[in-house]
Amino acid sequence: MGERLLVEGNEAVGYGAVDAGCDCYFGYPITPQNETIEWFSRELPKRGGVFLQAQCETSTINMVQGAAATGARVITSTSGPGWSLMQEGMSNIATAEVPCVVALIQRGGPGTGGLRQVQMDYNTVVKGGGHGDYKNIVLAPASVQEIYELVQLAFHLADKYRIAVVVLSDALIGQMMESLELKKLSFGPLPPKDDWAVTGKAYHNDGVKHMSLIVQGVPDSPYSTWLSFPKHLHDKFEEIEKNEVRYETIDLEDAALVIIAFGYMGRISKGAVKIARAQGLKVGLIRPITLWPFPKELINRLAEQGANFLVVEDNIGQMIEDVRATLCGHGQGQIHLLSILDRSSTADGGLILPRRIVEECRRILEGGEK
Amino acid sequence: MSQIEKKRVWVSGTPRLWHYSPIGARQCSGCHSPIVERIICEVISEMGIEGNVIAVTGIGCSCLANFLFDFDSLKVAHGRPVDVATGVKRALHGRPIVFTLQGDGDCVGIGGGALIAAASRAEKITVIMANNAVYGQTRGQMAPTTLLSQVTTTSPLGRDPEIQGYPIHAAELVASIKGTVYSARMAVDNPANYQRTKKGLKIAFQKQRDNLGFTFLEILEACPTLWRMSPIESVRWLENELMAEFPLGEFKNVDEI
Repeated sequence: MGERLLVEGNEAVGYGAVDAGCDCYFGYPITPQNETIEWFSRELPKRGGVFLQAQCETSTINMVQGAAATGARVITSTSGPGWSLMQEGMSNIATAEVPCVVALIQRGGPGTGGLRQVQMDYNTVVKGGGHGDYKNIVLAPASVQEIYELVQLAFHLADKYRIAVVVLSDALIGQMMESLELKKLSFGPLPPKDDWAVTGKAYHNDGVKHMSLIVQGVPDSPYSTWLSFPKHLHDKFEEIEKNEVRYETIDLEDAALVIIAFGYMGRISKGAVKIARAQGLKVGLIRPITLWPFPKELINRLAEQGANFLVVEDNIGQMIEDVRATLCGHGQGQIHLLSILDRSSTADGGLILPRRIVEECRRILEGGEK
Repeated sequence: MSQIEKKRVWVSGTPRLWHYSPIGARQCSGCHSPIVERIICEVISEMGIEGNVIAVTGIGCSCLANFLFDFDSLKVAHGRPVDVATGVKRALHGRPIVFTLQGDGDCVGIGGGALIAAASRAEKITVIMANNAVYGQTRGQMAPTTLLSQVTTTSPLGRDPEIQGYPIHAAELVASIKGTVYSARMAVDNPANYQRTKKGLKIAFQKQRDNLGFTFLEILEACPTLWRMSPIESVRWLENELMAEFPLGEFKNVDEI
């Protein structure tokens, strides 16, 4: 068994990164991710890595792009408003195809919003966020341990597909302390970076100049005709959808009602399933770990077996759109929603509690007024 | 002329950097950008650093050099070369010579914040800013460096200080920042200035190589097409009008911050 620590989720980002061989961190302070930037400033230089605090998140993400273009393993972390500033860079990274990791510790919005837990950035991470036709791989942890492990996976997937990977944390699991077991994960071999990394011509094996471009479809660019780049991205995204879907399931075998929830709402829903089962309600759970690629096949299969669905998410309804799109044409399953409006409290610390989820499951399964 | 000869790019006369590009120089006739690109290639060749130099270009007419340079480069978003260059330089632990090639809009318009921050950090990079007093690639809008009364497509009545304010003096501004070790304004309008620019760039690269601090070179460039002038007239306008507002010279040249 690996060493055990008691750490915050925001610090687990750091432990995951260094155990994945992270070389560089660029960041800018923003609540509720400050523990992450502080951790990297303290720990990364000690381990021979590069830490730099930039002047804004626009700069951060461009520094990430530059460092990633050299083949280094790079990470940044931010929260809502900073994430908005990064969208230009995320779009450029998608075209330059430089691998990098972003830990997004969600906070309230739109605007300054609030500093407490929400799941409001689902759409901007899952749908790309910046301009143009692209996607990010999105990993949604539900515990401190899982943040640590998914950050390691994020670096692997980023390198494997030359893509930006977002680890979608939030104020709740980010600032919660839990026991963390350190264990370096290995995910298999990766393609070499020698044939594209921009490190200086004398440092390449092939002896020719390398260019990292945010424009494709021009002569001398890797995809030299205009349509060949969208085609390449399409094929790459298809491959990711085929190979990288990850999720956790509970009690699906005989479930008449399947809860779909990610992140901390997935974890809270686990408790709800336990209570519901004890009360004889046939409820199961899908907790998507990859939000993109989304576990479409599994959801379709369950729909064709006759299951109904309850989406539980701490926003006014974002992931439910993907569930609806997934089910379109598959089965007759109903789709219900428990949203941020179903929280136990109107204050910003409120949550959708297990008893509210169980109540809703009973209403759906047994019929009744909402 | 055969097809292959047409493709031969004249950007550098130094044999080691001759490069055949399917794109070729894309600037208009009379543009000074290719002259600056030639100077960059000459300096790199003379310093023998082709294998250990990385260029970062932004968006704009002055940033078409990636395909011409026969060394590593990145093309990045408008206003972001300084940040990307920082990432490159830091990730490679200071090893390569990293420079940006930017226009005035890129460098002190949208990228002004990044420029000031990088100079303050004494980032060991060189920023080369082309100043032609106008936005080139978007065809002639007002730039931060546009002169008072100068007519552009977005200042059709001439730049009015009451409305559009005053031209920004980038080289003086950067010189005033503590982390800067070299800041100069040069031009390439005649052979003497060509040599001075070349010397200035060499000093900047050398200071970067010696890890001294931030280095900045502003170069006045003619834009006959968007100034609506002949190449000869544009050089005259550059010398009479542009140089009157933007005096040439070294504003900072120190070996210690």
